[in-house]
Amino acid sequence: MNMIVCVKRVPDTAESEVHIDASGRDIDKSRLSFGINECDNYAVEEAIQIKEKLGGKVTVISLGGKENDEVIRMALAKGGDDAIRLDDPAFAGSDGFAVAKALAAAIKDLEYDIVFTGALADDDGYAVVPVALAELLGVPHATYVKDLEILEDGKRARVGRELEGGLMEYLEIELPCVLGIQTGINEPRYASFKGIKQAAKKEIVVKSAADLGLDPSEVGEAGSWAILEKFSVPEVGEMAEILQGDPEETAAKLAQILKEKGLI
Amino acid sequence: MKDIFVLMEHRRGELRDISLEMLCGASQLGGNVVAVLLGSGVDSFAEKAAGYADKVLYVDDPMFENYNSEAYQKALSALIKEHQPGLVLIGNTAQGVDMAPALAVELGAPLVTDIIALEMEGDKPKPTRQFYGGKLNAHMTLKDAGMYILTVREATFQVGEPTKSGEIVKVENPVKEEITYRKFVEYVEPEVGEVDITQSTMLVGVGRGIREDKNLPIVEELAKVLGADLAASRAVVDAGWLPPDRQVGISGKTVKPKLYLAVGISGAFQHVTGMKGSELIVAINKDPDAPIFSIADYGIVDDLFKVVPKLTEKIKELKGA
Repeated sequence: MNMIVCVKRVPDTAESEVHIDASGRDIDKSRLSFGINECDNYAVEEAIQIKEKLGGKVTVISLGGKENDEVIRMALAKGGDDAIRLDDPAFAGSDGFAVAKALAAAIKDLEYDIVFTGALADDDGYAVVPVALAELLGVPHATYVKDLEILEDGKRARVGRELEGGLMEYLEIELPCVLGIQTGINEPRYASFKGIKQAAKKEIVVKSAADLGLDPSEVGEAGSWAILEKFSVPEVGEMAEILQGDPEETAAKLAQILKEKGLI
Repeated sequence: MKDIFVLMEHRRGELRDISLEMLCGASQLGGNVVAVLLGSGVDSFAEKAAGYADKVLYVDDPMFENYNSEAYQKALSALIKEHQPGLVLIGNTAQGVDMAPALAVELGAPLVTDIIALEMEGDKPKPTRQFYGGKLNAHMTLKDAGMYILTVREATFQVGEPTKSGEIVKVENPVKEEITYRKFVEYVEPEVGEVDITQSTMLVGVGRGIREDKNLPIVEELAKVLGADLAASRAVVDAGWLPPDRQVGISGKTVKPKLYLAVGISGAFQHVTGMKGSELIVAINKDPDAPIFSIADYGIVDDLFKVVPKLTEKIKELKGA
């Protein structure tokens, strides 16, 4: 099985305050930590588990600057074989479609049975890349994949997609295909010290838009379906009444409220 | 203004709410609203849709009994090419997201996913969507094109009374060949656990703020003292700290307890969708801008590891008194 895993580097904003920067179209990232997109981490694990079971090769691809190398090397340390980074100033401002075009250009000449991506990105949440990429490559796809089994002939897979309410939809899909992986499909491993040392020596092939045969008008903002015009802070209707004080005081106030409501 | 196509979504014999929501939303935009229904023997869905649409295009074929993105894409693209709508609305659901980007690529139509609000500038949509788990709204400008596709988040539009009686037009299935490369096999229900949180009177919801499973005892203790059950956000279930039957949200359960005490939950809409109907919502989170505070009745902005043990203590005191 030859597999390709697309990974994105994203800021961790789940538990951090997010502030719009001076441009109004981006956020102040100076105090945020970065790491691999959560779904992508599960996608990496899925590819490596299949490689361990059936053999083959895992190629890691990421679009972005040199700062992405950290995320790429971590995937290599876990069991990835080689890596490509798509890096060009022309990629700036790409939406999911423009990203999918760059990925498709990099992938179309590679040999693959499965291309893995995350089902959606933690930052923009577009959920466009796996399905658009499959269409560009002309192969079948499934997204929100939370269960995967390669069938015995090695030419098809049984895929479980997670629907609303946790219902699973099972389908059979022909390889090669693109699968958008949902979190929870497996238990992502931590890289070993040995793996990290080995990954540090591996080459990351860097390709520009021109290397991929892409015109700058096809990628970045120019090649996107939509442009982010501006950010705003969501209007909140009625905010919660925030209880003031130190933990001792706020806990006491809350306990009192719960008592008054007849919940204690 | 050109027609607006709205894709009807159904699953296992039920027309899903998003279908009528989008029809109602589309009706506010001006232009003819055309419900596109791909199904097998679902005349009752066609009739229901007709109450909210100016026309229903209904393809009745066994191919569409269960959802298959490939069959849907082929049928929809053929109907779009024939009827030339200016806007296509599709649910931002596990079905819609699995098809819309491929359709957009095929037709060369700009797509914006997961929209939460929509205005029109002439024929061109001006959608709003969210970034960073709902912490920011993003105002999007689409490229100029003859047709646009949007996927719409559930509950973006409200369903009103049926005021229309659109003509139901049965059309021949434009998809002639069998789809062999992707086939529906079966549905598998989620496993049932020991506690049914949809029946719980009180829930303590645990989110990623708990950081490690070894920290769970502090919320378990709180839940025990309150007489509440534990619920969880997706992150906590994915990490294996609590079982899947405790998950609240779009891919989990919808709960409406008397009290939902959200601990270390930021409040991404995927979670909020499953618990916003709770009678009393209280949130403890260190980020003052966490979206959870906009739906909570009471909030404490502080370190949960400091507040939760104190809260347990105070409740114990009150219970003892």
